[in-house]
Parts: sequence; C-alpha cells; structure tokens
Amino acid sequence: MATVDDVATGGPPEHRPRRNLTGYWLILPGALWLLLFFVIPFYSLLAASLFDPDGSVLTGYDVTFHVQNFGNAFWDYKEQIGRSLLYAALATATCLVLGYVLAYAIAFKAGRWKNLMLVLVIAPFFTSFLLRTLSWKLILADDGWVVDVAQAIHLTDALQLVNLADGDRLLATPFAVIAGLTYNFLPFMVLPLYASLEKVDVRLIEAAGDLYASPARGFLKVTLPLSMPGVVAGTLLTFIPATGDYVNDQLLGNTNTRMVGASIQSLFTKENDYATAGALSVILMVIIVAAVMVYVRKAGTEELV
Amino acid sequence: MSTVRTARRWLGDHLVLGLGILVLVYTFVPIAVVVLMSFNDSSKSRNVYKFQKFTLDHWLHPGGWADGMGDSVILSLEIAAAATLVATVLGTLAAFALVRHRFAGRSAANVIIFLPMASPEIVMGSSLLSLFVASGFGGQLGFWTILIAHVMFCLSFVIVTVKARLSGLNDNLEQAAMDLYATEAQTFWRVTLPLVLPGIVGAALLSFSLSFDDFIITNLNAGQSVTFPMFVYGANQRGVPMEVNVIGTAMFVISILVVLGNELNRRRQEKALTL
Amino acid sequence: MSNAPESTVSAPPRAEAAHDLRLQGLTKEYATFTAVKALDLVVPQGQFFALLGPSGCGKTTTLRMVAGLETPTSGSIHLGDSDITYEKPYKRPVNTVFQNYALFPHLDIAKNVAFGLERRGVKNTKQQVAEMLELVELTSQAHKKPAQMSGGQQQRVALARALINQPEVLLLDEPLGALDLKLRRGMQLELKRIQTEVGLTFVHVTHDQEEAMTMADTIAVMNGGVIEQMGAPTELYENPRTTFVANFLGQSNLIAGDIEGRDGDQVKVRVQGAVASVPADRAHAESGQGWLGIRPEKVLIAETGHPIDAPGDVITGGFVTDVSFVGVSTQYQVRMPWGQELMVFEQNTGARGMLPVGTKVDVSWRPEFAFLLDASQDAMAGIEGD
Repeated sequence: MATVDDVATGGPPEHRPRRNLTGYWLILPGALWLLLFFVIPFYSLLAASLFDPDGSVLTGYDVTFHVQNFGNAFWDYKEQIGRSLLYAALATATCLVLGYVLAYAIAFKAGRWKNLMLVLVIAPFFTSFLLRTLSWKLILADDGWVVDVAQAIHLTDALQLVNLADGDRLLATPFAVIAGLTYNFLPFMVLPLYASLEKVDVRLIEAAGDLYASPARGFLKVTLPLSMPGVVAGTLLTFIPATGDYVNDQLLGNTNTRMVGASIQSLFTKENDYATAGALSVILMVIIVAAVMVYVRKAGTEELV
Repeated sequence: MSTVRTARRWLGDHLVLGLGILVLVYTFVPIAVVVLMSFNDSSKSRNVYKFQKFTLDHWLHPGGWADGMGDSVILSLEIAAAATLVATVLGTLAAFALVRHRFAGRSAANVIIFLPMASPEIVMGSSLLSLFVASGFGGQLGFWTILIAHVMFCLSFVIVTVKARLSGLNDNLEQAAMDLYATEAQTFWRVTLPLVLPGIVGAALLSFSLSFDDFIITNLNAGQSVTFPMFVYGANQRGVPMEVNVIGTAMFVISILVVLGNELNRRRQEKALTL
Repeated sequence: MSNAPESTVSAPPRAEAAHDLRLQGLTKEYATFTAVKALDLVVPQGQFFALLGPSGCGKTTTLRMVAGLETPTSGSIHLGDSDITYEKPYKRPVNTVFQNYALFPHLDIAKNVAFGLERRGVKNTKQQVAEMLELVELTSQAHKKPAQMSGGQQQRVALARALINQPEVLLLDEPLGALDLKLRRGMQLELKRIQTEVGLTFVHVTHDQEEAMTMADTIAVMNGGVIEQMGAPTELYENPRTTFVANFLGQSNLIAGDIEGRDGDQVKVRVQGAVASVPADRAHAESGQGWLGIRPEKVLIAETGHPIDAPGDVITGGFVTDVSFVGVSTQYQVRMPWGQELMVFEQNTGARGMLPVGTKVDVSWRPEFAFLLDASQDAMAGIEGD
C-alpha cells in the first residue's frame, strides 16, 4: 500500500520521458522483417532485371547493367502489359459501379441489417478464392443456362462487337476474365467506399434537398464528392492487385487473354529467364506507380497514406 | 392512384437496397456452387464442371481423397498457423510502437507498412524470389520461404488492424489504472490488453485466412512444396477433384460459425447493456 | 446539509496540518508555452478546494501534476512531510475522478470499484465495495457494465472507485462537466454531502464559477498559469482584487476614475464629475487611475426625481436602453452621460413596476459595496467570450 511513509523523495524530472527507446525495440522485429523481405527484395528484383540474359540458374548470373533487358521485355510483352491494364481498368470500373451501389445501400438504407451486410461483404473471403474462381467456370460453362440467357438477350453478340467474347461463348473469353477480376476484387472496393460513405452526414444530403436539389443533383453535388476518398482508395485497392493477377486469366481465359502476371510467373518458374522476368516486374511496378500518381492527382486526394 | 404513388415511393426507398442485396447475392453464387459441387457424384462423367448426381461420398470417405490433397491442406494449415502466430506477435508490438511511442522514422515506418497492401502480389512474389535466388537459397524453396513470405504480407494487415483498435482506446483508462495503484505491468495486463484483444484476435483471423488462401506469392516461392491453393490450381489442369469443394465448404462453414459466434457473443453483451 | 462555506482558509476541520497538500514554485513548461508558472499553494487537510479558471489556464495541468500524470518542470509537491513531486502515480495516496470518468469498460461496476484495492493486494474487497456502493446509492447496479449506466451514475461510480482507496487527497477533474444542468445541480449537492461525510481533502478543478462557489470552502482563481486570487467564495465575490476575478466570478460594472487619495479608512475616487468613496480594505489601488467596481445587484435604480431606496453615492443623468425580465429579477442596461452602459439587477419585490426603455434614471450604490482596482488591467479580462 502506498502511504506517505514509503514515498521516496523525488528524482530528477527526466525520469518519465515519453520519447525513449522502447518504441524502437517494439517496432524493430516487424520493421526488420519488412525491410529484409519486402524492401530489400526490390533491390534484388532490380538487380535481376539487369542480369546478363545469357546466364542461368546453373551457371549463375552477372549483374551487367544490361539495360536492354527492359527494352526487350517491354517490346516482347507489350500486348500482355496493355491487356493487363485494360482488363484491370474495366474490372475496376465495374467494381466501382457495383461496389458503390452496395456500399451506399449498406451505409444509408440497411438500417439494423448494416452489420450483417458488412459481414456478408467479406464472407466470400472465408472460402478459397481459387475455388470461387473455378466456380465461375461452371457457371459460365458453354452448356449452362447463363450462356443461354446471354445469347437470348444478345449479350454475347454485343460482347463480340467490342471484342470481349468470341462466338457464342462466355467462358474462355476476355469477358470471363474481366468478370472474374471484378468478382474477386469487389470487396476491396466496397469496404473503403463504405468507410467514407458512412462518414457522410445524412443531414448534409437532407440540407441539399431542402435547398432545392433534386435527389440526383444532391447525390452528384454532395454525396459523391464527399465519398471521393473512398472512391480513390477503393479504385487503387482494386486496380493494383487486378493488374498483377493471373489466376483469373489462367482459369477463365484462353491463350489470347494472357496477362502480364502469367508471363512473369512462367518466365521465373518455367523458363528460368530471371533477367526478363525481373525487368518485366519492374516495368509493371513502374507503370502502376505512374498510373496511381496520375490518378491520385486527377482525383485530387493526396492524403491517402 | 394513390396506391400507385405509394408503390412508387416504396420502390424509390427500397430500390438501392434491393440492388445492393442483388450485388451481395452475386458474390455468393460461386460459393453456392462450391457447396453444391461438394455433393456432386462426377464418377460417371469426365465433365467435372457439371452437376451429375447427389452423393455424400466426398464428405464421408476422406480416404478416397485425391492424391496429395490431404498433404497440401495440412501444409497450408501449418503455414497459416505459424504465419499467424509470428505476424500477430510482431504486428501487435509494432502497432504499440506506432501508436504509443514517438520516435524518429515513424512516418517512414508507416509508409513501409502501407506499401505491401498496395503492391501487386506478382511483384512482391518475384522480388522475394529474386532475393532467395541471389542469396543462394534458390534450391531450398519450401516451407520456410513460404512462411517468410506469408509473415511479410500478413504483418501489414495485423499492424493496421491492431493500430485502429489501439488508437480508438482512450488513454485516460490507463492513467486511471495507474492512479488506482496499478503498476505499468499491471496496467498493461489488466486494462490495455483486454481492451485491445478484440483487435488482436481479428488481426489473427485475418492473417490466417490470408495465408491459407494465398496463391500468387506462394506459387513463386514454394519450390517443390504444394499448398492447398497450389493443389487446386494444379488440379484445374487435370480436372478438379470434387473433394476440394469439401474443403472449400468446410472452410466456409467453420469461418461463418466463428464470425457468428463472435457476433452473437457481442450481441449478448450488448443486450445485457440495455437491460 | 450545510452549504455555508468556511470563511477562513487557515483553519482546517482537523487541527494538525500533517497532511496538507503543498505546492511550491510548481512550474510546467511545454515546448511552446508555459502552462503553470511558479505556483505556490497550500490546501489544508479536509478542505473542499476548487481550482477555478477558463480553459487553458493551467488548472488541469496542476491537477495532473498532483496526480502524477504529468512531471513538473520545476518546483515541488508535498503531501504532509513527504515529497511526492516525482513519485509514480500508483505510489501516491492520491486518487482522481477523471473528466470523462475513465471507467474500465470491460469490468463491471463492482470490479471497477474494487480495482484500486485489489492492486494493493487487499484480499477481501466485497464488504468495502458494498459499503462504497451504498454511499453513492448504486448497490443495485453492482453487476452492470459502465456502458449500461447513465452519465450521473457513471459519475458516482468514478467517485466510489476513487474514494474506496481512502486517499489523502481526492482530485476531481471537471467531474460534472459531462452532465446536463439539472443533474449537475443535484450532483453538486451530493458531492458536497459526501465530502463532509468522509472528511477528505478534495481538490476540484472546474471552469464553472457557480459550481465552485456552491461547493468549495476555498477557491483559487487561475488565469494564464498563475493564481489571480484565492479565498472563500464570499470573499472572492465581494472583494475581488483583479479585473479578471471581478468579471470571471459573476459580473461587474467597472467605471474609470481618478483616485484622489486616502481619507481616513476611505479612498476617494473622482468618477465622471462625482466623487465616490471605497473602503480602504477594498481599494487595491492607492493613486493614479483606477477602476471603480460595483456588482450589478448592488446598484440601485430609480426614475429621475423619484427617491432611491437606501442611497449611497448617486450618479444622475442615465437612461434605460434595455430591459430583460428574468423572473426573480429585472436586468437593466443604463446608458450613463459619459456613454458607458451599466448593468443593474433589481430584485422583483413588486414594490415598483418595470422601468421601460428610454426612462431617465438615477443610479446609486452603498460605498461599502464598491471596490477599487488598478487601471493598468484590462477591464474586459475574464469576460467569457461567446
């Protein structure tokens, strides 16, 4: 028990500093892990991208500052790179539309079901995403009723017109790949959208209505601008992983839907061409960073991180 | 005519909700297919992507499971458990450092923690592979390299989750504990930890599912080892055995039960609050 | 229950001063400003002591230094004979009722209350917890969680949780700030009752002058990190030494005047042509310019030409510019010939009807109620901005 009797006479004022070494010790293991296995690997990747392409796993590689690797990789894989960006952009746009509807419904219309709906948004993660992606193979199968409906409403024809499908099929088409990407990354869009919509004060929307804004104008002038941080965050969280993905393309596409992720994977593991694989990875990263910077500037939200 | 108006009104109010629910339904269609296929007797046909006949065989006779699947599930569970443990401990410590302590390099640390969540998996995976190869571990890819990779990408999610919980915590409470004769250690064990625990548990669950489900990074760094997602991916080329759907369904049901249990527990506590 | 405040600071209820709280030269500096400047203060054992001041005046920082939650930059804190300046918070016989109560949300009420005893290794806490819950009238709520309780109930739990440790000093940091007005009045009386019952030293931080005056034996008015004036509530109110205290505690009319000098036990002040007098013990300036202060309820008012009840110093030639009827009293704004508006509060005794706006009036006050302050101070100091 602390009584006045055993209270020691005071020490110097600096004995209760907030700024001490404890913080370093606490963060050290985690930071070291990320440094060793996230930051430094980027240097390894950069080094690999500058390997002499004549080396092999057996003979070893030399970093020869073989800058031509980049040109060669870009030239050889420009189609895959372009395709990745296009598919990812289309999937992100679709996600934005679907995700906005869902996030809006949860934030403003769900009432007491809000928490349940949020759990349902992430519930698909509870089972393997590969299995879920494979399920689309079954759903879009050539003899399934989804294809029948798509043909009946001339969806397949329309997709053919814009080169997203061939023949009467849905499976093994660009459409299927984009649909798969959309499906897999939808929750990454919904959650940030919901987070920023939830912060929008409903009274602001009511005030817009009170000030003679139609519901549509109220949405465009008040709700949408206020939810921009969520739109930006959701777009990035969808677009970036979608660009690098190759699972959807491998499982749902065909040889003409190859995305750059598949090329990198196969260069590394099948062809053992580390130089080209490294260069291609670096190119992909650079393009993504550039796209993100342009987008973030355009969207006018720079305090993302 | 007024009923038409009422109907239009009702529709206006519920249209967005209805559309939102449709989007949710869409996200569950593939899961329904997984569950359905776990009861599919495909032995009579080579087309494994079509429901043939109802059977419980896949559930009842795990002995008949496809070659290698059991091993891949066990490997994935082992890696997920180990990665969860390491990432949760390291991530929780780091979250405390970031919320509770001021030190030079704190904002740089925040950026480095954010980046893995925003980098494409293929780039992270190939970087890590380059490192392993460059440092002479190219021939030893397997359990340990997968574990290293999984801890790496789980860490950020753990830190962010625990940080959110920790910064929502009123530090008045810890001062109150100290004021009420609790030493620093007692304050941590009696007040801080119990209050942050839900965040830590959530982070651990997230880590487990991220690790168990990862394919792209794992595939690059696994060497000859085969995790469950790698097994499914490989099986796709031969024709997926229906048994993988049993695993998928079981995973889903178990996760749902965990979440529901958690939610019910919370509800019960909350209900007690209003009595 | 008696609310009559003790009139003297130096006579604690229990004679020996062994457990007085003494702050000497206490200073807290932050990177950009000094929160508390060389504070000297003695809180006699058993007193209900209030630190009163606007936000940012340093009162909470002072309290937190006593609790051990902030380390002073210099100076010392003694409790009786022991120096507790740098003692850890959990080693001080001091407990705090936090501003937002800081009840542990994961523990029920009984466990919250037992927390301090358990940390100190007290084995059987049941009996004491029950007694303490009885004192704050929460016996039936022992097994609820804090979130299930109302603000007033939470406040009482916070009080019980601190009191059960029988600290030598109980610190209260704006304990009633989160409650609505009506509940606050009730809790003020209850706090005072409990303090009288347990006889502990209470140090109460508040920005609410009415609250401080209702409860405290002694009030220290703080401003800008220093104590402006300290004393019993009546003393502070009736005889403020600074314009800040005159304005922060209630309202004051401050009229500029030239001090003519001392005349016996009076100080004469020339105010806009008239001469007013102030008792010497209420004059806090002796020469030069001064502020002649008079509380609005001490100013008497009558239509010009009508007799003023119990007149003192009279000033003529005003007219009413605003009238507010507030039930127990009527509040007038009176424009004086030199342009200043004086506040006059008149009790609604029914002796006379309200004077309408525009009425020509004379005002008057008894010289013994006036006070005189140094003119170097800002006449607006302590008026809370709205």
